Amino acid sequence: MPQVTLTVNGTSHTVEVEGRTLLVELLREKLRLTGTHVGCDTSQCGACVVHVDGDSVKSCTMLAVQADGAKITTIEGLAKADGTLHPMQEAFREYHALQCGFCTPGMVMSAIDLVQKHPDGLSEKEIREGLEGNLCRCTGYHNIVKAIAAAQDVMHGRRAELAPAAE
Amino acid sequence: MYDFAYHKPTSVADAVKILSSDPDARPISGGQTLLPALKHRLNKPSAVVDLSGIAELRGIKRDGDKLVIGALARHGEVANSAEVKAAIPALAQMAGTIGDTQVRNRGTIGGSVSNNDPAADYPSAVLGLGATVVTDKRRIAADDFFQGMFTTALEPGELLVAIEFPIPEKAGYAKMRNPASRYVMAGVFVAKTKSGVRVAVNGAGPCVFRQADMEKALTASWSADAVAGVRQSADGLNGDIHGSAEYRAHLVTVMAKRAVAAAG
Repeated sequence: MPQVTLTVNGTSHTVEVEGRTLLVELLREKLRLTGTHVGCDTSQCGACVVHVDGDSVKSCTMLAVQADGAKITTIEGLAKADGTLHPMQEAFREYHALQCGFCTPGMVMSAIDLVQKHPDGLSEKEIREGLEGNLCRCTGYHNIVKAIAAAQDVMHGRRAELAPAAE
Repeated sequence: MYDFAYHKPTSVADAVKILSSDPDARPISGGQTLLPALKHRLNKPSAVVDLSGIAELRGIKRDGDKLVIGALARHGEVANSAEVKAAIPALAQMAGTIGDTQVRNRGTIGGSVSNNDPAADYPSAVLGLGATVVTDKRRIAADDFFQGMFTTALEPGELLVAIEFPIPEKAGYAKMRNPASRYVMAGVFVAKTKSGVRVAVNGAGPCVFRQADMEKALTASWSADAVAGVRQSADGLNGDIHGSAEYRAHLVTVMAKRAVAAAG
């Protein structure tokens, strides 16, 4: 069986997999990192988005063997050791950007990649377009877009703290 | 998904050796088409040959009046490449509209062009720009490369290495997407090149094709108005629950106008 060595949230792992094992299966079933969800399993919904070497990818549509040598970040790798949330997670909480929460891990991972790749800032329209690969069936997206808009100011250092959501 | 053996060669020669010795082996690059197909068990390869470790398949470079894009260039890489934006902005713009961000972070130009999905974007740029497909064995003109739905001139075991795009004077691309799947319903790529005007249509038929009447009209006068009166026949176009052949034929003219306007 092929063996893959990869770094997940800063920890190196060497794992035996099958050729057909998906990256998301490795994360969930071998490493027990179940924060990454499988929604559609057809690379449409984005619930399984993780970062591979700094780029957001759908981990249901990547073989585990293709991640050999890669640095992976999952939703579990965002908060600090003391429990302080990543600004994007904090923004999702503050702006009530979730209801059932199933899409949230993928949504947060995509949003962070989107913001990191646009240091000059994103308009509301650009945020909406940037979320094309993530489906949410509860919120109607409005609060997700507001959360990302607020989080980008903190992530790019334009604000020290998250702007509070309107009452 | 059925299991398969996994190989990760580091040279084109080694990849070709594996693919030639085993007719049931399939190459994989980004896997954004192959993996969904394998999940549906539409395909049962004995082995998957991962091309991502082959350095000679990488890179985007300007070579005189050509832009050479390696097979492994990801859609996101093409969309954001300063070289592509400067030489053929329409190609960068097209790449930036393929799938979504996550698909663009994995999918490659070599995979898309080799697969020749009727609803793929890149084939119309390759045909519309009169590009040359470079394989491990030969050079194939775009006009000879695309042969039918999911069918190309590539022989079993032959590997697409790079695509050479002649740099056009002007080029533009417009497409109408299916509102749910976002796949192309009809797309038109127009280019004013040294060898003349070329118009390629994707999404509307079973395979990308050139639109001779529009090429004639744009040769006479390069303007959106020039193609506005050119009708595309519905014969042989795709008709399905998303739109009839007649609707797609109508879209071809509308997209051609937009593509010329985008080209300027």
